[in-house]
Amino acid sequence: MSASSQARDFSAKARVITRDLRHRGLIQTALKKYEVARGRKASAFNDWQSARQAAAETKWDAINHLDTYLEELVAKLEARGTKVHWASTATQAREIILGIIKSKNARCIIKSKAMTAEEIHLNDAMEKQGYEVVESDLGEYIVQLRHEPPYHIVFPAMHLTRDDISDLFQRELGSAPTREPEELTMIARRALRKKYLAADIGITGANFAIAETGMISITENEGNARLTAALPKTMISLLGIEKVLPKMEDLALFLPMLATAGAGQAITCYNTMYGGPRQPGESDGPEEYHVVLLDNRRTELLADPEQRDALHCIRCGACLNVCPIFRNVGGHTYGTTYSGPIGSVITPHLRGLQDWKHLSASSSLCGACTETCPVKIDLHHHLLHNRRNASVEKPSSLERFAYKMFAFVANRPGLWQFSKEIARLLQPLHPLVKGTALDPAKSWTATRELAPVADESFKEWWRNRR
Amino acid sequence: MTVTLFIPCFVDSLYPRVGISMVRILERLGHRVECPEDIACCGQPAFNSGYWDESRLIAGPVLEKLKNKEAVVIASGSCGAMLKVFYPQMFHGLPQEADANVLSKKVWEFSDFLVAKLGVTDLGAKFPAKVTFHDGCHGLRELGIKKSPRRLLEKVQGIELIEMADAETCCGFGGTFAAKFPMISTAMGEVKCTSAAETSADYIVSNDSSCLMHIQGLLSRQGKPLKTIHLAEILAQQ
Repeated sequence: MSASSQARDFSAKARVITRDLRHRGLIQTALKKYEVARGRKASAFNDWQSARQAAAETKWDAINHLDTYLEELVAKLEARGTKVHWASTATQAREIILGIIKSKNARCIIKSKAMTAEEIHLNDAMEKQGYEVVESDLGEYIVQLRHEPPYHIVFPAMHLTRDDISDLFQRELGSAPTREPEELTMIARRALRKKYLAADIGITGANFAIAETGMISITENEGNARLTAALPKTMISLLGIEKVLPKMEDLALFLPMLATAGAGQAITCYNTMYGGPRQPGESDGPEEYHVVLLDNRRTELLADPEQRDALHCIRCGACLNVCPIFRNVGGHTYGTTYSGPIGSVITPHLRGLQDWKHLSASSSLCGACTETCPVKIDLHHHLLHNRRNASVEKPSSLERFAYKMFAFVANRPGLWQFSKEIARLLQPLHPLVKGTALDPAKSWTATRELAPVADESFKEWWRNRR
Repeated sequence: MTVTLFIPCFVDSLYPRVGISMVRILERLGHRVECPEDIACCGQPAFNSGYWDESRLIAGPVLEKLKNKEAVVIASGSCGAMLKVFYPQMFHGLPQEADANVLSKKVWEFSDFLVAKLGVTDLGAKFPAKVTFHDGCHGLRELGIKKSPRRLLEKVQGIELIEMADAETCCGFGGTFAAKFPMISTAMGEVKCTSAAETSADYIVSNDSSCLMHIQGLLSRQGKPLKTIHLAEILAQQ
């Protein structure tokens, strides 16, 4: 079986990090706390399961009528002077944004958290053109200082301890050592406030886009997105086309649901609606507002009726938090923007099935993701669908042969019995090769004992009994 | 009633006592038990790996042999889910779809068969030990079985059930996943074993031998005193 370089990289990183007990402890502890908080907040809903159903139905409507809702959204945004751009690809989206930056003769850019910007590698593109880009979300700022991508779509720096962050700030910002979260936050705040004032352009993502009113909804805990949007003269919001919700009232469900599923909060601290640039008579807001709607192969996912519901995703990160694979390999091992179960489902669609099918394969299919997803995406079954699609498109001849042979033997009781007897005969010899390159069960026996073959199988007992 | 046992391949070769226990329990309850000897496997390994055509090579004959049975009982949530949930998906749009749907309604995981179908919880079993229960993922989330095994355990004399933290977290087996990504599978299993050990139980009990094969494999390698046992084996102890 030929593995893609991405697959080899994934396995290599996984081999290292799964043995890193410090990492394991850190992530398990952090996510246990999340679980407790989330459970408490979900129980504050009258009926969390009905809320999930309602949210799934709303997203189903939005995604299955995406064409009309997007047109409605754009018409309403443009009516108030927002410039809307359609980007089919990541390259186009970068070019559009770089074009706006250039036309404004901008130097400094402040950004709030946006996974779509990670997806299109926007910071890299801007930095290569010589612009100064600063992430204003605290976690994103920390990982930016470390020159690494966010670890988790909601908690970008969850893999770091206070000491790690203090060391980083000492090194990068010249601050004094401290273990106090408040002090660490103040250090970042002092550095960031200057950046807001110097920025010519503010770039944000979006949590939802309301078709009915033509508004972009951004929800955040630090107020940094508000400053990013309010201080620079030009504001750009980059969002995937699947972010659309039909009506304003949908937010009454989706904002608390996102906060609960994402962070175990009743509601996120700051929830803001952006309806356009500064209107006549208004005293603040950007002079220009650009909205960039990103496709980047989302329409291909939309065209797949089996997995279309993956576009329901509100990027809450709940599936990552409960995923035992994510909890053990961590976010960076995935090697792509969207990690965890949702990433393992959509990355093969967004970046190529053959290169990324290993993400769909690296799951025990436990279904914890599907059980927790607030918008009821059939996540773990989509992993099965991706596996099937990958093998139909490009089967591994070795694997297919093995399964054909297995079926051949399994369908012939005499042959099956014979193979069981062979296994029983060979078993005493296994210790001679156990753990060596000759061990046919090496991937199992490296860390686990094999269960012994019974002297009398069930079927033998059954026959002897009669 | 005539109960047809589906004996998964690993139960047949590695854990025959699980099947024997099922036979003893069902016969004691007055049912006629049969076991088609020409069924070896449900076809799940190929299915989970994406090779649905090859899986159907096995599943097709299984379907043919079981579709007219009264009740098919399986001591594994995983193989149970394969027959009950995934056969209808795998044969969707094919001539066998109707048969797969018919069979689906007659397939039962063993503990759920006892409690939900037969209405039995007290089997007069005795097992004086401290146990903790591991929910196999397929039984739990594909078949929705959570209470049945616990209701059966509660009635066992002398037993003390101590729930572990994260009883519902996967043990990391996942079939071919355990061989394709052994490092991740092992780490998941270690987390599971730690949770179980924290209960100070003597046994990890489950209704799925495949999970127990993985957990026991790790425990034996690490020389831990904790043991594993299938629910059916406990229920058969008099």
